[in-house]
Amino acid sequence: MTDSFTIAGKQYQSRLLVGSGKYKDLEETKLATDVSGAEIMTVAIRRTNIGQKPGEPNLLDVLPPDQITYLPNTAGCYTADDAIRTCRLARELLDGHNLVKLEVLGDEKTLYPNVDQTYVAAETLINDGFDVMVYTNDDPIAAKRLEDMGCVAVMPLAAPIGSGLGIRNPYNIRSIVENAKVPILVDAGVGTASDAAIAMELGCDGVLMNTAIAGAKNPILMASAMKKAIEAGREAYLAGRIPKKQYASASSPIDGTFF
Amino acid sequence: MIIQVNGESQDIPDHCTAQKLVEILQMQNDKIAMEVNLEIIPRSTYSNFFLNQNDKVEIVRAIGGG
Repeated sequence: MTDSFTIAGKQYQSRLLVGSGKYKDLEETKLATDVSGAEIMTVAIRRTNIGQKPGEPNLLDVLPPDQITYLPNTAGCYTADDAIRTCRLARELLDGHNLVKLEVLGDEKTLYPNVDQTYVAAETLINDGFDVMVYTNDDPIAAKRLEDMGCVAVMPLAAPIGSGLGIRNPYNIRSIVENAKVPILVDAGVGTASDAAIAMELGCDGVLMNTAIAGAKNPILMASAMKKAIEAGREAYLAGRIPKKQYASASSPIDGTFF
Repeated sequence: MIIQVNGESQDIPDHCTAQKLVEILQMQNDKIAMEVNLEIIPRSTYSNFFLNQNDKVEIVRAIGGG
């Protein structure tokens, strides 16, 4: 079954997007990312270590950008200005690559988004030619506004980043999906495979996760579990689940009983 | 002359270009991006871009992140 989705004009088969942080080493990053089947991977932009041994392996060597779509993110930014600066450096670093994940944080304890600063940054970045996938609250009004501004995908949180609490507000996620004309991806808060499946059953176009895989006891096995959960949740959404009812409904026919 | 690179003082020769700085830091083969005093310096212009005393240089790379 071909069931692709499109972000900024490019088609993707995998609805699982992964982060590349928190792994033990680059080998584990590569193995888990390969097993996940993800076609989009977030990366952070940080200072180089001055005095580092030349030729030390780096992320671009083990997962080259021609094999997986890089999604530079603005994690760690608390102001629109820092986020914009990060995206511009990322574009230079990745030879004109325009796809970015915008995230402007509000608070170190919750890592909840600062939505005001997110609007400011999104507007500047879109005017500057970036394709912005934006991390935001599970707020249908904010999500719609970011879509109307021209973000190519809107990515509400399921729960705080790294918390593993799962989909805390399924009704909001569903409202956001129903109102949207751009892809909606759950970003942050997924803890295990069932959380990812629920996001997909709600109609999300995809899920972006990092800690749930990288922080698992066996990240490579969890990457495999997440791949299956995303596919299962998507198929269940497309198949159309049965309505919930309070009482039973027998599966075997009543006609033809001999007792 | 002294410049700041990633927040640390660096003594470099006078008339040093961005290209020369990258070579001094042994980063010529690395995938990096450079900002000088908050302005991005495109990689293609490193050889023509001359650094000045007290310039604030940031050199960044892509690393694992969520």
